[in-house]
Amino acid sequence: MRIVIINYGAGNIQSIKFAFKRLGYNALLTDDVEEIKNADKVIFPGVGEASSAMKMLRQSGLDTLIPQLKQPVLGICLGMQLMCNSSEEGDTKGLGIFDCDVVRFSNEVKVPQIGWNAITALKTNLFKDIVKTEYIYMVHSYYAPLCKETIATAEYGIPYSAALAKDNFYGVQFHPEKSSTVGEQILKNFLQL
Amino acid sequence: MLTKRIIPCLDIKNGRTVKGINFVDLRDAGDPVELAEIYAREGADELVFLDISATEEKRRTLADLVYHVAEKVNIPFTVGGGISSVEDVDVLLHNGADKVSINSSAVKNPQLINDLVAKFGSQCIVVAIDAKVIDGEWIVHLVGGKVPTEIKLFDWAKEVEERGAGEILFTSMNHDGTKNGFANEALAKLSSELNIPIIASGGAGNMQHFTDTFINGKADAALAASVFHFKEIEINDLKKELRSKGIPVRL
Repeated sequence: MRIVIINYGAGNIQSIKFAFKRLGYNALLTDDVEEIKNADKVIFPGVGEASSAMKMLRQSGLDTLIPQLKQPVLGICLGMQLMCNSSEEGDTKGLGIFDCDVVRFSNEVKVPQIGWNAITALKTNLFKDIVKTEYIYMVHSYYAPLCKETIATAEYGIPYSAALAKDNFYGVQFHPEKSSTVGEQILKNFLQL
Repeated sequence: MLTKRIIPCLDIKNGRTVKGINFVDLRDAGDPVELAEIYAREGADELVFLDISATEEKRRTLADLVYHVAEKVNIPFTVGGGISSVEDVDVLLHNGADKVSINSSAVKNPQLINDLVAKFGSQCIVVAIDAKVIDGEWIVHLVGGKVPTEIKLFDWAKEVEERGAGEILFTSMNHDGTKNGFANEALAKLSSELNIPIIASGGAGNMQHFTDTFINGKADAALAASVFHFKEIEINDLKKELRSKGIPVRL
């Protein structure tokens, strides 16, 4: 299986590569359009600030490539947020794959949210074999509200989307690569989609 | 619901863990990677590696350690100790650290917080603050709590938040090593005055201390070293105890 991690200069991608390595797969870090198009599975990572990450995507032309991909694509953290219509962070226009707008947590809660939160109302095979209440690791200040594409819900002051899916596109707000054995199960599930 | 975090802290010198570590099942008691893997399996929510070495080789050794930890460990970890520049942080994050913690370098050059946040984002910048009560006032200390400054804890904490830090790791020098419990009054004040997560450190001796720091100290996470290293408290037992007291934890 050819797994690629889109390398556009954003964030801690080494950890994602290592997570696949622990599962026995060698994931390729690349910004090469052909490599990405020909992969079986595509990981779209992201840590950092939305508008500058989006700028890097535009500079490399990846902003037009990603929405056209046909194989399973998994956006992680900021990657997921950039797959939405827009983000309040830096007033950023997103890739428009998921029909929702990312907004900032209110000051009723501590921002950023850092730590392990429960995921509920799980849908799709991305969460196959996850039966009891499980906790995943989240680090973020902005969130995708609940919408028709929500496939997992978490709660922080309000319920919000812990994961989204549409067609071949999946996005998780949490870090499966840092979410212990549950995260490993989710990554395994993604590889089987 | 967001859970409260339990964070074992490993002191590192020249790439090896220091302080006696009483793990019978450890092949090499000085190997931080092996110890980190054990803690991850036992249910630690995060790990902190604090580099206390001061050699020329330091940066390279620490960067290598980070790489090896990231390779093996499936929970988040923070690296701290002697980090003083954007370049230092870049190498550590690139090698797989999730967060870095800065302390004295931020006090000496507060702009460093802004610079790091601008480049890497708030979520990975932890500011560690060591403080001690002097004449009834919490005063920030440097160099592992040895050198007092003129700066008041609550003023500094506020400034750290305003400059964009994602989290504060607060160690009370009055409580550290005493095993008499965390500095809950100061922690509760930090937690109510600030809107970023606060990690409690210094004073853990028994399970009740953790309950107290989450309830009375309003801490978001609690860090400890020796009670975990010497197996005085098993992480799984601690979490069961916390849950029985109504504190949300990951079990």
